[in-house]
Amino acid sequence: MVTRYFGTAVKRTEDLRLTTGHGRYTDDVGTGPDGEHALEVAYLRSPHAHARILDIDVTDALDVEGVVAIYTHEDLEGAAGEPLPVLIPHPGLHAARTGYALAKDTVRHVGESIVMVVAENRYLAEDAVNRIRVDYEFLAPVVGIEASRAAASTVHDDVPDNVAAHLVQERGDARAAVAGAPHTLEYDLSIERSASMPLEGKAVHAKWDADDASLRVYSSTQASTSVRAAIAAKLGLALGKVEVIAPDVGGGFGVKIVHPWPEEITVPMAAMRLGRPVKWTEDRREHFISAAHERGQEHHVRVGFDDEGRILGLDVTFWHDNGAYTPYGIICPIVTSTQLLGPYKPANYRVEFSSVYTNTVIVTPYRGAGRPQGVFVMERTMDRIAQYLGRDRTQVRSANFILPDEFPYDQGLIFQDGRPLIYDSGNYPDQLTMLKEMIGWDEFPALQQQARASGRLLGIGLGCYVEGTGPGPYEGAHVNVQTDGSVEVAIGLTSQGQGHQTVFAQIVADELGVDFDKIRVVTGDTRRFGYAVGTFASRAAVMSGSAVALAARKTKAKALRVAADVLECNPDDLEIESGLISMKGNPSTSIPLGQVAVLSNPLRYAFDEAAKAATQFAKPADPDKPPVAEGEEPGLEGKDYYSPPRSTFASGMHAAIVEIDADTSEIAIRKYCVVHDCGNLINPMIVEGQVHGGVAQGVGGALYEVMAYDESGQLQNASFMDFLMPYVTEVPRLELGHQMTPSPLNPLGIKGAGEAGVIPVAATIASAVEDAVGLRIDAMPLNPSKLFELRATATALTTNQVREGLTP
Amino acid sequence: MSEQVRSTSRNGAEVATGTVPAGARSTVAVTVNGTHRSAEVESRRTLSDYLRHDLGLTGTHVGCEHGVCGACTVLLDGTPVRSCLVFAVTAAGHQVTTAEGLGQLDESGDPNSLSPVQRAFRDCHALQCGFCTPGFMTTITAGIAENPDPTRDEAVEMIAGNLCRCTGYQNIVDAVLRAAELAKDPAAPLTDRFTEHSDAAHSADQDADGAGA
Repeated sequence: MVTRYFGTAVKRTEDLRLTTGHGRYTDDVGTGPDGEHALEVAYLRSPHAHARILDIDVTDALDVEGVVAIYTHEDLEGAAGEPLPVLIPHPGLHAARTGYALAKDTVRHVGESIVMVVAENRYLAEDAVNRIRVDYEFLAPVVGIEASRAAASTVHDDVPDNVAAHLVQERGDARAAVAGAPHTLEYDLSIERSASMPLEGKAVHAKWDADDASLRVYSSTQASTSVRAAIAAKLGLALGKVEVIAPDVGGGFGVKIVHPWPEEITVPMAAMRLGRPVKWTEDRREHFISAAHERGQEHHVRVGFDDEGRILGLDVTFWHDNGAYTPYGIICPIVTSTQLLGPYKPANYRVEFSSVYTNTVIVTPYRGAGRPQGVFVMERTMDRIAQYLGRDRTQVRSANFILPDEFPYDQGLIFQDGRPLIYDSGNYPDQLTMLKEMIGWDEFPALQQQARASGRLLGIGLGCYVEGTGPGPYEGAHVNVQTDGSVEVAIGLTSQGQGHQTVFAQIVADELGVDFDKIRVVTGDTRRFGYAVGTFASRAAVMSGSAVALAARKTKAKALRVAADVLECNPDDLEIESGLISMKGNPSTSIPLGQVAVLSNPLRYAFDEAAKAATQFAKPADPDKPPVAEGEEPGLEGKDYYSPPRSTFASGMHAAIVEIDADTSEIAIRKYCVVHDCGNLINPMIVEGQVHGGVAQGVGGALYEVMAYDESGQLQNASFMDFLMPYVTEVPRLELGHQMTPSPLNPLGIKGAGEAGVIPVAATIASAVEDAVGLRIDAMPLNPSKLFELRATATALTTNQVREGLTP
Repeated sequence: MSEQVRSTSRNGAEVATGTVPAGARSTVAVTVNGTHRSAEVESRRTLSDYLRHDLGLTGTHVGCEHGVCGACTVLLDGTPVRSCLVFAVTAAGHQVTTAEGLGQLDESGDPNSLSPVQRAFRDCHALQCGFCTPGFMTTITAGIAENPDPTRDEAVEMIAGNLCRCTGYQNIVDAVLRAAELAKDPAAPLTDRFTEHSDAAHSADQDADGAGA
């Protein structure tokens, strides 16, 4: 394989479109004076966190001119009116509950949709929503993990303890190991809620073709093939009568993997009933109160260790707030419970979690998906052990690392994909060496002393993680060479800004031997590829990348077979470069790939120059054989799937130097370094962009972002004014180092990179702030107000919460 | 879309001063990207909806509808405004520039035919999903017109009112500097300053004493 594009920072194909206003997002479909105008939808959403619906009166709303239809749960027929599916059941999820496409009888969080209004435009639809009257019987809201565990009130009548799921995993006997360890520590750690918060909310556009009895749906989704299957099942259509397209999607970060969202059922339903295109575009407040959140967890840790800081037993119990329903199952707490282990090998480990209901927005994966919490727990543990023993924090980590010669390493647990948690490759000691050098770990104490002498509070911290990426079950790809030599590539997996059109073209260019600019990649369009899983869990490069490589290899094999027949040689004697197939060592004997595409189809009308030219190569057909040989197909194309035995494990380490304002407790990140290992890089520019974006979200989660629910279940900061996402002024300029330990599990040796950046940021910042102020940091996010209060009350803290030798 | 009027009269009747003319429609004419455009809209129609839905200029994106994210930023007579907070009627008779108006590929499809800001975004990988991008590009276009030679700190300041959830901003700051460079010299080569992709070796020598500065 002549490697020309793989591994290079090829500029993105997408950008010419997206920078000139020619992106096509779901809300763009059918707009403008010449567009096919779609009716628009607004939903009446519950203003109450927990209430029984007694009566819905839409009379006044019907008076609004321009209103076309109003639907409530009573109008949902058949499967559409049944509870939404539980996507990923699990034996531990013993009390799974889901909502309805439109609420039936009871609402369980502010924002749950009750009535759907379809009107000529959104303004009129909202006018009508404001005229609908709903009578409620108020029920007691359950807000927060503490209230849920107390279970004085319940979210679901038939779940008396509010516990949706309970799971225990154990390797060895952790409790006995803790009890018998020379040193033990016990503490609580917590992380608050945040959310994916893509700049484009959700959106659905549906068009019904009555004559063909078929539906075309555009959705801002991370999983178009599964949305298609859900719509077909819920609306009683054959799969072949439903097309779902994820066009340009304005960010996902996890929230758009959930499917079907209620609107993905009701919008197509309305389009079918009304015979006109219908669309709904989520506004920002709707996204806050009716999409999904993540991260809220409380943890109790007991750890036993030896004099070197080696963990002999680790016993973690945690509570995960899953909100009002569990449509996506318990992936996040499973990920926390397994990925908590990071690059370490505690001798005995026990983890137990309860996933509990509250009257708040549902919780589903947000970039990192449970890992930031797990890493926070483990890294805080490492720091505590180091402090207790008076050892350097990096030394304690080194004492616990899995070593390079121990791969594959079996952690003895079951991972999120239901497969054994076996790490495929990595080199953690080298990673730490790189990181220490980049951040200046060994030089820092002198710098800190010097700064302290002049009244400045500097601190350094680090965080390490391992991330299972690229889980199965499969992805596929289709590669199709056109008669003009250009190549059409289709994958079912979607794109939300990761540059899939670019990176998969890079792979095809190298595998097939075609110039990059001859390749067009289509993603997330069920018209082009029907079977796919979706874009989540850092799996696109691993899964679709591998599938694209395999499909390209199949295509190449056929091209060489056909060409060898024409050129009367052995396929092994041929090579393809820049779309030209030629004899190795004899480039004068050659045929363009486009002409081979013509020859691979026995029906060859001379529609174009390639077809005319190809006739010179065509041999007389054997009258005794079928024109398409047995086992062959017309056309020069290849389709293949990649299905891995298990996930591949990327890893990384972050380090930060922070400065705390002695008066205001403002937290400034002075230096931030990342070492990252995602195996072989397809496009380093894009990988780095993923890391940059992940770290920015991590900074948000570490310092600013919370979902501020009051005791009534009202989200009090449901706007960008009050939910503080980082602007450029809050995000440090990163220094990045790549380590590459290729994965042995896939044909390209790659590991996923999408989520990595966000994972250890809260842990890293906590470690650095703790080092700066000498106060234990047990809860994130840590905004300046919280830190100010913590420092102000420091004198009241018990001595074991104050670090030795440092005064606040 | 916050508070809404409830009347649905579509007759375009005159209304008393000081109230939102419920359902009143009028023809709003705006010069958009140098072209005269008009559409009949309700008085409460935002400029962003007018551009996107009535004129079909979907290069302007709406991220929050309350003026915080900046995705909908367009240039109104050359000045950046949040088009979700401007009524279309108030833009009547003015000049509006959207992402589409910054530049379009020439017939040969040459990327260098785009504007300095558009080129810089591609050069520096300053966009991922592309949703916030139009607002950044219009903001920066006005920014470098005002300050053709920004320092890195000034570049940060220039984009400090726009939200991006994908990029972490680092490459957008680079794009501001690159755009300023291209605005002065369209043939300016793309140097390592904007395109180098880190490895430990050259990362370690950057501002090693940043914390003590």
